[in-house]
Amino acid sequence: MTKHRLFWPAVVLAVLLLANLAFTPDFFAIRIKDGHLYGSLIDILHFGAPLVLVALGMTLVIATGGIDLSVGSTVAIAGALACLHISEAADPASPGTVVASVAIALAVALVLGVANGVLVARVGVQPIIATLILMVAGRGVAQLVTGGQIITVTSGPYRLIGGGYWLAVPFAVLLAVVVVLLTALLTRRTALGLLLESVGGNPVASRLVGIRASGLIALVYVFSALCAAVAGLMISSNVSSADGNNAGLWIELDAILAVVVGGTSLTGGRFSLGGTVLGALIIQALSTTIYTIGIPPETTLVFKAFVVITVCLIQSPAFRAKAVRRRSSATRSARPRPLKTEEAEA
Amino acid sequence: MPAQSAQQPVLEVRGIRKEFPGVVALDGVDFRLFPGEVHALMGENGAGKSTLIKVLTGVHPSDGGEVVLDGRPVRIAGPLQAQLAGISTVYQEVNLCPNLSVAENILIGREPRRFGLVHWSELRRRAAESVADLDLDIDVSAPLDSYSTAVQQLVAIVRAVEVSAKVLILDEPTSSLDREEVRQLFAVMRRLRDQGVAILFVSHFLDQVYEICDRMTVLLGGRLEGEYLTGELRQVDLVARMIGGEPSDPGEPSDSARREPAEGADAPPFLRADGLARSGAIEPYDLTIRSGEVVGLAGLLGSGRTEAARLLFGADHSTRGSVRIEGAEVSLRTPRTAISHGIAFCPEDRKTEGLIGELTVRENIVLALQAARGWTRPLSGTRQDEIALHWIRALGIRPGNPEALVRNLSGGNQQKVLLARWLITDPKLLILDEPTRGIDVGAKAEIQKLVADLAGDGMSVLFISAELEEVLRLCHRVGVLRDRRLVAELPNDGSLTPESIMATIASGAQS
Repeated sequence: MTKHRLFWPAVVLAVLLLANLAFTPDFFAIRIKDGHLYGSLIDILHFGAPLVLVALGMTLVIATGGIDLSVGSTVAIAGALACLHISEAADPASPGTVVASVAIALAVALVLGVANGVLVARVGVQPIIATLILMVAGRGVAQLVTGGQIITVTSGPYRLIGGGYWLAVPFAVLLAVVVVLLTALLTRRTALGLLLESVGGNPVASRLVGIRASGLIALVYVFSALCAAVAGLMISSNVSSADGNNAGLWIELDAILAVVVGGTSLTGGRFSLGGTVLGALIIQALSTTIYTIGIPPETTLVFKAFVVITVCLIQSPAFRAKAVRRRSSATRSARPRPLKTEEAEA
Repeated sequence: MPAQSAQQPVLEVRGIRKEFPGVVALDGVDFRLFPGEVHALMGENGAGKSTLIKVLTGVHPSDGGEVVLDGRPVRIAGPLQAQLAGISTVYQEVNLCPNLSVAENILIGREPRRFGLVHWSELRRRAAESVADLDLDIDVSAPLDSYSTAVQQLVAIVRAVEVSAKVLILDEPTSSLDREEVRQLFAVMRRLRDQGVAILFVSHFLDQVYEICDRMTVLLGGRLEGEYLTGELRQVDLVARMIGGEPSDPGEPSDSARREPAEGADAPPFLRADGLARSGAIEPYDLTIRSGEVVGLAGLLGSGRTEAARLLFGADHSTRGSVRIEGAEVSLRTPRTAISHGIAFCPEDRKTEGLIGELTVRENIVLALQAARGWTRPLSGTRQDEIALHWIRALGIRPGNPEALVRNLSGGNQQKVLLARWLITDPKLLILDEPTRGIDVGAKAEIQKLVADLAGDGMSVLFISAELEEVLRLCHRVGVLRDRRLVAELPNDGSLTPESIMATIASGAQS
């Protein structure tokens, strides 16, 4: 069972949640308040939903051996565009306005994704550089959209995306579940997953086997941008405002961490969507833990970094083998040496 | 046994076991190596030779058994520990820094120092000394890449024995060397042997094994088959023991494959290249391949064989010339276009250009077919299993587990996976670049037979090999390359011999 890919991420998540129980006795309690599910676990799912989406897109990008640093900026741009459209509309609360604002955000994200994809797949810019451009420039674009201000909106339907509930469950969680399932179907029920893993695992061989890699690679950057846009809508909807400066700030790093913690290698190839979901939840649970156990704010990042590196080491079979070997060799050297020579001569 | 039996083995392995996910690579293997002998490690691909070497050199930790060095049980935790313990290895691919000087390559990591800095003159003196020790004439201050692969290999050996190695492991050292270079290598090996170094020699060239080795250990399917004195085991018997069957001559079964061009000169050409060239890679050449015909390309390493073939697959762009397939001119811009015209290509370097190591056997087999269908038209899981199991059985791929990771398979089985990948696409022209290189006799004979059968069914084959006997056995016509130029096209009408091909390569003229 320990050989299953999801074993270690699941163990880490369980340990993290159990650790919270020691500090917060009612950590696992889930109540229904005003017809909504309510509790720490629900909070982790709710606030983790945007990260799950961003990490999902990141997983496919990383599977091809690339990386997408621009997702944080895309989050900000998507939120800013949607909020701008709603705030300028005559009737901010009408469903039509909200649908249009979502459409605008997704359409622009599509363009941004195509831009990344073309830079990487056609022009041949290294992914880290290609997406760094949009990471830096995108923040500027987002601020341009919001005019450097925080745009606040009051729109019931828009609030539903990130802050609302449906059937007692946070709508964002449902949305994330649907996207995860669709992505799983898309990659594992078609041959997309296999071809992506092939391109990431060995680009030279993939070309010689006749895989049209550039189209696939462009596709994953578009997918990543769309996921980031949905995440951006959730985040801005949840706070009913768009902040070009801080929305989705550093989310690309959390997303990369989630992918790695979930067991997908940064060098490309095999990817695990389930692992990424667990990874994103681990990162979110960690952030929650930091608040609930009262780590001083100035040391939270150090604490987070420490936990993440520990998690990565625990998951590495090479590291575990080394740790076990070290322990067993310590016991062995306690044995008297002559015994071994006797064995050798026997 | 000679005097050796009175001696203590320098290296002894007892009951060693190594498992990979889905594969038992070594199952309780015993092995002894005496000082001052050249010992061959023989076995088919997948017999466990490479794994045994990797265990001995600390690349893979063993899962059981023990290694005894100089009478003491040792635990080899990594390549560095192996070197410190006196076990040095030279691999098939030279693992040195081509841009550094020979002297630096020999002593890198253990440079003589003075006042904390590298003592350059001492470094050169020591390097020159170790080179002279082996009777070699190499300028140690020249950069390594100014020398041929063969000399680089010798430098790797000098480096390996410079650390007072007791055991020297040579893994396929001769596969890219010509005859004269092999002779030079053997001279060095004999000299080291006389100095008391134990040499473990792995090679697929039986003649070389019989020329240089004193004893041999044969592995079969991850187990020890036996240990023999070279003089007491006939080649035929050795082959039988390697493949685990009755003694038979390995060359014979596929000799029947050599046929007169059955559909012959009047069969319509499947592919015709006119003045096809790529500057810097291959001079303009004309080549016609008919349906059901096996055309060989012979020539030395680097003569342009691979380069010529890559143009026909669209792996590289041609800079001039044209290609006609079934009479119609085509532009082979990418492998994808070539594949759509029914061309398949098994590249020489299986690991970097052929297989996706972290994917399974099944996934690797269906990959070309799936790529041609595009990602929106997936092969169903059951269909994939059917295909994979069918070809695993048809080609005898071991282990027979479609979910095994392809990188854990041996070279010969990896080659079969590649063949299966292309055969399910039902190609009209199959380009095989060194398909039998570095694989054992058993798999080699199987692949040769397969090629003959496929051609018999009407498939065209372009067969590239450095082994002239193999080319002669399989091909209807042989194109000879020299210095990036197709210099001759010889019909294999029975009068062609390895010697006459070599003469053509050497003279560069039509014979």
